[in-house]
Amino acid sequence: MKAWEQLRTIPGRLMVLGAMGILLVVSMLLSLRFGSVALSQSEILKALFFGSEDIAGPIIRSIRLPRILLGAMVGAALAVSGAVLQGVMRNPLAAPGLIGVSSGGGLAGIVVLLALPQFAHLLVPAAFVGSLATALLVYGLAWKRGASPVRLVLAGVAVAAMLGAFSSAILLFNAEKAGSILDFTIGSLSARGWDQIEMVWAYLAGGLAAALLLSNKLNILALGDEVATGLGLRVERTRFLLIATAALLAAAAVSVAGLLGFVGLIAPHIVRILIGTDNRFLVPGSALFGAFMVVSCDTLGRLVMPPAELPVGIIMALLGPPFFLWLLRRNRYEA
Amino acid sequence: MKLEIQGVCAGYGGKTVLEDIRFTVPSGSITTLLGPNGCGKSTLLKVIGRTLKPFAGSVLLDGEPIGRRSTGELARVLAILPQLHHASGELSVEELTAFGRYPHRGFNPVLSPHDRATIDNALDMTRMTELRRRRISTLSGGERQRAWIAMTLAQEPKILLLDEPTTFLDICCQFEIIEMVRELNRKFGITVIMVLHDLNLAARCSNQLVLLKDRKVRYSGAPAEVMTAAVLRDVFEIEPEINTAADGTVYCLPVGSTRRRGDGNE
Repeated sequence: MKAWEQLRTIPGRLMVLGAMGILLVVSMLLSLRFGSVALSQSEILKALFFGSEDIAGPIIRSIRLPRILLGAMVGAALAVSGAVLQGVMRNPLAAPGLIGVSSGGGLAGIVVLLALPQFAHLLVPAAFVGSLATALLVYGLAWKRGASPVRLVLAGVAVAAMLGAFSSAILLFNAEKAGSILDFTIGSLSARGWDQIEMVWAYLAGGLAAALLLSNKLNILALGDEVATGLGLRVERTRFLLIATAALLAAAAVSVAGLLGFVGLIAPHIVRILIGTDNRFLVPGSALFGAFMVVSCDTLGRLVMPPAELPVGIIMALLGPPFFLWLLRRNRYEA
Repeated sequence: MKLEIQGVCAGYGGKTVLEDIRFTVPSGSITTLLGPNGCGKSTLLKVIGRTLKPFAGSVLLDGEPIGRRSTGELARVLAILPQLHHASGELSVEELTAFGRYPHRGFNPVLSPHDRATIDNALDMTRMTELRRRRISTLSGGERQRAWIAMTLAQEPKILLLDEPTTFLDICCQFEIIEMVRELNRKFGITVIMVLHDLNLAARCSNQLVLLKDRKVRYSGAPAEVMTAAVLRDVFEIEPEINTAADGTVYCLPVGSTRRRGDGNE
């Protein structure tokens, strides 16, 4: 147990963050190298830095690189969204995929894409409105002299199921226009490129920056509303800003990768097991680890049975739980 | 700092819990709110601590309504310890105490030498210096309560609001907390308003007792004035024996209940 305790000191936490950063970079490099077409290091280097025009150049520059970057961005966004929601709702089960925040954004996004295609450039803002409205609705439904954790999850699951059903129905009736329904409902990075990055990067950067800036206030909020007020925190305003931040991140992610579940729930917990509940470390840690999870699972999905690929959502749901359960068992962890 | 409670009516939703509450808390005094369960003591403390907005009336801090100050400004003079508080058990005592500096620090993430000195002081006053690196989850009930009080002291408050600070503690820890509160009051002139259930503890440490019943202040005054058989019979429906201890404080020994069956309000 001593070694685990060491991780909770500030240098220990910084070391874990550093290790997660390295893990992420390594996973991104491996992801560049492996895919349905195997490439050598020199081909990758040439493609990245010398703009080579052989077969490797276009594969690396316009397929693999943007896909990896997008995967990292989506993973970071969902994990941070989950970490913030878990903190602000004081509920270990609060995650964008679970309590309807992703489904709300997804539904709004689908409606815009199918009914108002001329506003497709407003996909992310529309999804944000959907996510935020859903988060506030769920929070409001669960509120009865304070939002009880159990009511919050029950309300969230119910709302998520309804919104998901709407989305599925709309997609089914518009199958030829919607492309792959499966892609959306389980989450995929297949055939995503620079266009999608261009569409969401600013929202993601803004959301991540806000989450980092608010992380200390999230710590204070965790002491309870009364104590937080006593310490001079404007509780309602802070809570709203945090929920909006989480909704923005989830909305940006769902806009490009569909309903990619699991990472938003599990990544924050894994990071918490390793470095504790201090949100100033938990938020960046979740970003790094969420990015790592999505990038490495997406790489695996491309490798399992080439040339076909398994969507990242499936790989993550297969590999994440055993690892998570192992961590859960070996630490006496209380969420 | 002097506090005046002026005609406060408050409650939750449509339900009125407090009606036209009026009393004054002199600067540098200890005032204890007493009353049967559900009489609105904690609600009143929440109104004073601005965590609950009253329907009507106001709380004046040195003559000025607290609603007129920003919550951050108030946090630099008024500290609250609610009845229920939860912290992640993995926080250390020192980390919890450091949260008390938040209203003075704002966005600055680094503790100044003054912040550090204040934290050390708060730990010292609550006798938590030895335990400063311990995690909250490993502390006993009394130690945990002292750690939370250390956090409120790190706020350098002029007024301290404590909601049942001795509940769930054994009799020694109860005394320890109460003596500590008196010491803070004497040494630093901190004005204390608290809710207690133990009449004798309250009589021993307070300058003023405020007894609430049926949404109103029924009696208030110095312990010796209000700790009478008639008052306690009326407010608590007990049959008390009132005595005076060797050091001059009054105490009561309940010897029976005067509440008739079916007569209770709970």
